[in-house]
Amino acid sequence: MSDRVPILRIGQVLLVSIQIDLEDQTVLDLQDDLAERIVATGAGGVVIDITALEIVDSFVGRMLANTAAISRMLDAETVVVGMRPAVAITLVELGLSLGGVRTALTLDKGLALLERDRTARTARP
Amino acid sequence: MTGHEVEQEETVPITSNDDVVRARQTVRTYAQQCGLSLVDQTKLVTAASELARNTLVYGGGGRMRCAAVRRAGRVGVHAVFEDRGPGIPDLDLALTDGWTSGGGLGLGLSGARRLVDDFDLHSEPATGTRVSVTKWKR
Ligand SMILES: Nc1ncnc2c1ncn2[C@@H]1O[C@H](COP(=O)(O)OP(=O)(O)O)[C@@H](O)[C@H]1O
Ligand SMILES: [Mg+2]
Repeated sequence: MSDRVPILRIGQVLLVSIQIDLEDQTVLDLQDDLAERIVATGAGGVVIDITALEIVDSFVGRMLANTAAISRMLDAETVVVGMRPAVAITLVELGLSLGGVRTALTLDKGLALLERDRTARTARP
Repeated sequence: MTGHEVEQEETVPITSNDDVVRARQTVRTYAQQCGLSLVDQTKLVTAASELARNTLVYGGGGRMRCAAVRRAGRVGVHAVFEDRGPGIPDLDLALTDGWTSGGGLGLGLSGARRLVDDFDLHSEPATGTRVSVTKWKR
């Protein structure tokens, strides 16, 4: 019944662009799909673009935090991009500061952040 | 209860996940029509999303009534979430940040209270739960 959010692969990065007001089940499916795709593709990074999201409540917030934690365990870094100012203000007042979630203002900046990470990682002995 | 005039009202049943989406969208439409600021719209819709989910998940389903209201020359949006579920045994506990009887983050009720101007929670084991919220235009 619920639709799946498409996950695109661009090189080493998985990109999810959330375009619609998501049902809870779709949010849960996305979290699981991302974990599977990280392992299947060996992606080193995940970008979740929430530019189109007018609200992030505790359910979606929890998915973002879980996805960040899950991807880290699977050797991938997650960056959330495009959060609207009103969403950030509301999330903090809701009581969710998403401490473990990396963010970047734009898609470009998010991709650049992941690229820097990757270079830093490969430079390690 | 709140002593305001109702200008326009709508009822949305909440019996499935897509009804929660519909409830959010209804509140957003009212918030826009009322002329709430973008931040206030976002706060109210987020609160509504939390409360609609509680109605579904913990209340076993119910309904939301959303209204454009007026009081003492101010306009606002009022939303009431009602169910005939098991009720909330300990209101103070339920309103504590981080407390959940399920697998949530426990921020829905307490967070919603912070996000709105008026918050009223009424719950009894025999009759269920009713949460009313209002956001006034600044
Ligand atoms: N409509 C309701 N009917 C019965 N219990 C409720 C209702 N809404 C909230 N609760 C109770 O209050 C608790 C806190 O709710 P909330 O702050 O939204 O956190 P969460 O949804 O993450 O559990 C819930 O875990 C539940 O026990
Ligand atoms: Mg809740």
